[in-house]
Amino acid sequence: MSAVTTPARQATGGVNIKTINRIVIYGLLALFALFYLMPLFVMLVTSFKTMDEIQNGNMLALPKAPTFDPWLKAWGETCVGLTCAGIKGYFWNSIKMVVPAVLISTMLGALNGYVLTKWRFRGATLVFGLMLFACFIPFQSVLLPMATILGSVGRFGVTLQNSIGTNFGLGNSTVNLVFVHVVYGIGFTTLFFRNYYEAFPTELVKAAQVDGASFFQIFRRIMLPNSMPIFVVTVIYQFTNIWNDFLFASAYAGTGDAMPMTVALNNVVNTSTGVVEYNVNMAAAMIAALPTLLVYVLAGRYFVRGLMAGAVKG
Amino acid sequence: MSTVATSQIKLTPEHARPRASVRSRLQDALPKIVLAPSFAITIVFVYGFILWTIYLSFTNSKTFPSYVITGWRAYQRLWGWTFDTDPPSSWYTSITNMGIFGFLYILICLALGLFLAILLDQKIRGEGMLRPIYLYPMALSFIVTGVAWKWFLDPGLGLEQTLHQWGWTSFHFDWIKNKDFVIYTVVIAGVWQASGFIMAMFLAGLRGIDGEIMKAAQIDGATTFQLYRRIVIPLLRPIFLSAFIVLAHLAIKSYDLVVALTSGGPGGSAWLPSNFMYEYTFKRNEMAVGSASAVIMLMTIVAIIVPYLYSELREKPR
Amino acid sequence: MAFLEIDGLRKRFGQVEILKGIDLDLEKGGFLVLVGPSGCGKSTLLNTIAGLETITSGEIRVDGRTINDLHPSKRDIAMVFQSYALYPNMTVAGNISFGMEMRGVPAAERQKAIDKVAKVLQIGHLLQRKPSQLSGGQRQRVAMGRALVRDPKLFLFDEPLSNLDAKLRVDMRIEIKRLHATTGTTIVYVTHDQIEAMTLATKIAVMRDGEVQQFGTPAEIYNNPTNLFVADFMGSPAMNLIPATIGTNGNALSVVLQREAREPILLPMANAPAGLSAFQGKPIIFGVRPEALTDPEGAERNASNIATADLHIEVVEPAGSDTFAVTNLGGKGVVARLRADANIQPGTVTPLAFNLTKAVFFDPATENRIR
Repeated sequence: MSAVTTPARQATGGVNIKTINRIVIYGLLALFALFYLMPLFVMLVTSFKTMDEIQNGNMLALPKAPTFDPWLKAWGETCVGLTCAGIKGYFWNSIKMVVPAVLISTMLGALNGYVLTKWRFRGATLVFGLMLFACFIPFQSVLLPMATILGSVGRFGVTLQNSIGTNFGLGNSTVNLVFVHVVYGIGFTTLFFRNYYEAFPTELVKAAQVDGASFFQIFRRIMLPNSMPIFVVTVIYQFTNIWNDFLFASAYAGTGDAMPMTVALNNVVNTSTGVVEYNVNMAAAMIAALPTLLVYVLAGRYFVRGLMAGAVKG
Repeated sequence: MSTVATSQIKLTPEHARPRASVRSRLQDALPKIVLAPSFAITIVFVYGFILWTIYLSFTNSKTFPSYVITGWRAYQRLWGWTFDTDPPSSWYTSITNMGIFGFLYILICLALGLFLAILLDQKIRGEGMLRPIYLYPMALSFIVTGVAWKWFLDPGLGLEQTLHQWGWTSFHFDWIKNKDFVIYTVVIAGVWQASGFIMAMFLAGLRGIDGEIMKAAQIDGATTFQLYRRIVIPLLRPIFLSAFIVLAHLAIKSYDLVVALTSGGPGGSAWLPSNFMYEYTFKRNEMAVGSASAVIMLMTIVAIIVPYLYSELREKPR
Repeated sequence: MAFLEIDGLRKRFGQVEILKGIDLDLEKGGFLVLVGPSGCGKSTLLNTIAGLETITSGEIRVDGRTINDLHPSKRDIAMVFQSYALYPNMTVAGNISFGMEMRGVPAAERQKAIDKVAKVLQIGHLLQRKPSQLSGGQRQRVAMGRALVRDPKLFLFDEPLSNLDAKLRVDMRIEIKRLHATTGTTIVYVTHDQIEAMTLATKIAVMRDGEVQQFGTPAEIYNNPTNLFVADFMGSPAMNLIPATIGTNGNALSVVLQREAREPILLPMANAPAGLSAFQGKPIIFGVRPEALTDPEGAERNASNIATADLHIEVVEPAGSDTFAVTNLGGKGVVARLRADANIQPGTVTPLAFNLTKAVFFDPATENRIR
């Protein structure tokens, strides 16, 4: 829609009304921009202040003597529960969890979308509907059975470890989280790819069939090379969701060394022992937010597209 | 969604082919074989687990799952708590909070999102800069959002303190520490996080409206206000529906934000049903009650989502 | 034995029967056009020949070999798609040689084949480009190149010209006709455009609702439509199909056409088809093509049966090469085709000549031709 242009007015007073309108609009927009930016701004400036300045200064003031110490402390020294080695280990935990989970769920979503659009079979819509609904369930309704299963698998892993010396990753919290995120992520990735491939010309697949390409050859040579945009969208969406997850992380890796970043951050902030170091907390929060913020800054367009695709179904 | 029969490739035979070899039959089944693992995973880990949770809600599970059916006990307890208002039970608090939070969160996000989208649609210079500013909170974890707002709303450190320093010493804002108002701070932080995204949805909707309709309405003499009220907003109906679904679903799932922002609030006064479920299942050793609350959450979502998905996936007439 | 034979082909999808027993055959080097309105099953029929859709029953044979159950790539066919279906991620050369690559043809041989086809279609300078860098006509050529390079027994074209603009469509139509003439290949061609059908085909199958309405040479289809549908569908402007009754004029039959506010027109039929006598006093549909309704000077001199009538002209459309005049007969607009320089004015009453040797008659109840 082209923006509504106020019809030209004859009276000279009309110009003034128009100007005032514009000022009001820009004023409101700027005000809301402040509302959205404020928390990030406060977090950022606080993370560069000394504790002294925080207790005696103004929340909104820029740091008088900017210091990088809170960041270093958050990264390498601060206490998460009883261990005081910073959040760096947990940051890597998150990376180790996110990368395989995103890659596996995206690949499965691509294959599913390909089958559901280009190799339809009777009942395909039902299959898709069931997978799609899985995106919307409150995870509380599967939380407990999954915990039970992961617990049994963990005990089996210990048995394996004792008898043959390796547990094949069974019972490893990071592996568990990768599995959980793949399971509850394929609904979304399938939705993304299905909607993209729905609009993908079926004639290309027919042409490739006439050319003698097999099921997988068509996928690899025709579909994949032309799916770059939806790949970016899906990867970003999954990355953001999995990185930001707290529920699964706290339920299945809420304690111990495999804790992901979000759980660690929550523990840092809620540690009640000693003086609360707000600057360190804010630096830790910034570090936890950086990967997704970075993705947002670099590929915001795809980020929005992913959100939209996740919101507008069918 | 096009399911035009004539455009479908269908390699699976409808009748047995006498000459088809094992190999070619395998080729025919390949698409289904590829889809099968994902589908099986969904059936087992989503639908199977839901059934399992429903089963548990009818047992007397405490710390560990028990498989002895004891009937509606867990639900009866929840039902009883629903009317326990003095002092309020955790369940009463959770569902009242859900009502307050859900209503305000959805309403404010829709109103603010639409308002911002309309403002941004007035040929604004710098739109490309403003849009990402409104939208970035959606990229943040609820935990980070919670930490930031916790600081900002803290009476001793944040907004109240700042205004005191600027000389407005009578200003008083301690909702985050007040058991009657803490849920409203969750609304503030939630709206801050999601309203930009709703704005983006509405903006996309506005940009999708045929410009000629607008021109026609202007020629018909509609004022800008009338134009939006009579033409534009009715045309955005599908967006309202999508946005409502997204927000309702986010609201019912909200868990992290309450934990990070309020740690549950004074005496659990900020709990939502999701927090109730987590606490009762994993901390208070009332697994059956926790499961029953999860089932109630699921049913709420089902009531909202299923009609929507059904209408979206129904074979649309060409 | 014909080169392409289709016997009793049926295709059912759920409860819906999309193809209801198709029987067609085509000689080697023939050009078969499947034409009909959208949804008539013509594209489905083409897809079943290609093997892109299964059939429920029936048989398809090419050069004596039954190909029903073969994979598309094993049927020795090539196909040109409506959207051209060029792989966007590959160059023109890659597109043309993809099929050979899939069959494991060595690179050197592929290159030779690409060069040969590029020369025939004059696309040598485009070989390293991506499809997105080509114009519509160039894409069309590449799509044909991809088909040609296979040197198949049978070419299948699925509305290949429908995405081109009017002028390019005419050029490419001529190009396809030339290609057919020089290479002598056998072609099955789907279109909804009856002009393409008339100009290209050696055989036309007019389809509706999964059935072949008429199968014959373009001239047969045009001059001797078997039913109302074919008569209406083929030809542009369409045949005038006028509700009329059959009267007697002494021994001979005559066609009675009603007019508004004037006495009916009586057209005496000197050589009426035998079946028409059974319709005396009954309603029929009288079909006459616009070029058989013209100014008396422009009428065909050697036609044996010409009747002239004064008609009230409502609209005149000068189209450059011809002038069309619209009148009203039997409650319907009727188009007459006149010479470009015919002097005719709307609102006047002008004598026009019916060439009754070209007239056809249909039974309104069955919609079939009265012969």
